[in-house]
Amino acid sequence: MDLKDLYRDVIVDHNRHPRNFGKLDPADVHADGHNPLCGDRLTVYANLKGEHVTDVKFEGTGCAISVASASLLTEAVKGKTRSEVKELFADVHALLTQHDAAVDPSKLGKLAALSGVREFPARVKCASLCWHTLNAALDRAAEPVTTE
Amino acid sequence: MNAAVTATRSATALDVAAIRRDFPILHQTVNGKPLVYLDNAASSQRPKSVIEAISRYYEHDHANVHRGVHTLSQRATDAYEGARETIRRFINARDTKEIVFVRGTTEAVNLVAQSFLRPGFQPGDEILISALEHHANIVPWQMLREQVGAVLKVIPINEQGIVDFDEFEKLIGPRTRLLALAHVSNALGTIVPVEKFIKVAKQHGVPVLLDGAQAIPHTPVDMQALGCDFYCFSSHKMLGPTGMGVLYGKQALLEKMPPWQGGGDMILSVSFEKTTFNQLPWKFEAGTPHIAGAIGLATAIDYLEKIGMERIAAYEHELLDYATERLSALPGLHIVGTAPEKAAVVSFTLDGIHPHDIGTILDTEGVAIRTGHHCAMPVMDFFKIPATARASMAFYNTREEIDRLVAALEHTRKVLG
Repeated sequence: MDLKDLYRDVIVDHNRHPRNFGKLDPADVHADGHNPLCGDRLTVYANLKGEHVTDVKFEGTGCAISVASASLLTEAVKGKTRSEVKELFADVHALLTQHDAAVDPSKLGKLAALSGVREFPARVKCASLCWHTLNAALDRAAEPVTTE
Repeated sequence: MNAAVTATRSATALDVAAIRRDFPILHQTVNGKPLVYLDNAASSQRPKSVIEAISRYYEHDHANVHRGVHTLSQRATDAYEGARETIRRFINARDTKEIVFVRGTTEAVNLVAQSFLRPGFQPGDEILISALEHHANIVPWQMLREQVGAVLKVIPINEQGIVDFDEFEKLIGPRTRLLALAHVSNALGTIVPVEKFIKVAKQHGVPVLLDGAQAIPHTPVDMQALGCDFYCFSSHKMLGPTGMGVLYGKQALLEKMPPWQGGGDMILSVSFEKTTFNQLPWKFEAGTPHIAGAIGLATAIDYLEKIGMERIAAYEHELLDYATERLSALPGLHIVGTAPEKAAVVSFTLDGIHPHDIGTILDTEGVAIRTGHHCAMPVMDFFKIPATARASMAFYNTREEIDRLVAALEHTRKVLG
């Protein structure tokens, strides 16, 4: 278990300087994610044009893994269609939880930096919170999301 | 003068190296580093004597209690009831009838809520707690709110984590049915001066329950001196097994309370028409109890008494002072909870670094602490923080381990800096 696998430079950078951070106003859809045990709490906003996610932002507080993951998410999903986002979510989920995940790293780009999380099972919920929250926003779910 | 100082020191000093040899679990590496266990407020570790007492019981003496005529059942009963006497003596209760075995502090509080308060409760009656409480001393009363319309009143705390005594005096009143207070805060370590709260409660005729889970492992506790009506604590925070705890209750109150669960062992006779309940304390102990748990807890108490609770408290206080001094010197570190009277708990935040990341990085350095809300979310809300990192010490911890904690925190800053 190497700490550098978890806190890679990309993660540390996105935690310190989260991209697309703040409220999207007006937003077509948004959802809240809350992991009360950790205290991680975030809101993901998105604007849609047809099937495309044209803009996405997030705000909230959390650990380095959850903030960096949300920041990376916003960069990764902008411009993608709903179904492309869902596919990406499935790939990220596999990356976070499966050692033998047959995920093509080139497809994931910077998101591949999250692969170290799977060595720290207690932190998977931190990295996946923003993805479940985005999913809920796209599905226009009313209830807050949790991964605990 | 020097001789006098040495004499005082030797009276309180512990042979920590020898004590550590009694705790097998401490001698291991975690992630390649010697373990530093600083999560004692969540659960302590067990000395060999406790582990061996439990094994010995299962290897030689186990049978069900209170019913068999055979030798093993008699041995098991003697050991189980002997444990009750050990606990009675340890907390200076008047009678073993006042010592009810439960699963832990949480169950003890729930028992009092359902069996003491619920019968005869009038909607609008009040329960008074403080803003320091663990969820175990909040949620059972909220359940009463749903069930019988109880009103929960909360005594505020200040920025130091001290319960506001003046506000308490304003809040207690003719409708107060119970004052339920933490003796020591698990999240901040504040030692609540419960004696003066109990004195005022008595003037109002209000019974008092103390959540002693964090107090009893670290300081002498005397039921006669305290004069509380109920005292709840858990075995696993005081070197004993998990799934075991004690409700102390004044006999006169326990006598009047209906049983809280029905079943075997809590009855004298049963027919389909009528059941006669057993006497105290078995009236509250339905089903086959955690016999090995009681034996393990009594053995843990023997171990604590051999060292002496006064000496444990004094040594832990030295550790607390040292940890407070070392941690305060770290840039960007803020100690949450700065009451003048504290148990050996240091809750803190580090600027720009979430407690969860601190916990993960410390773990890779072999240092075990707790991070999160510590089952005291209202305390976190008061300080407007989502979580803290918490180092909690026991008498088997050392200054060198505090140094390791500090070094690991410096490392944390480097990793995430």
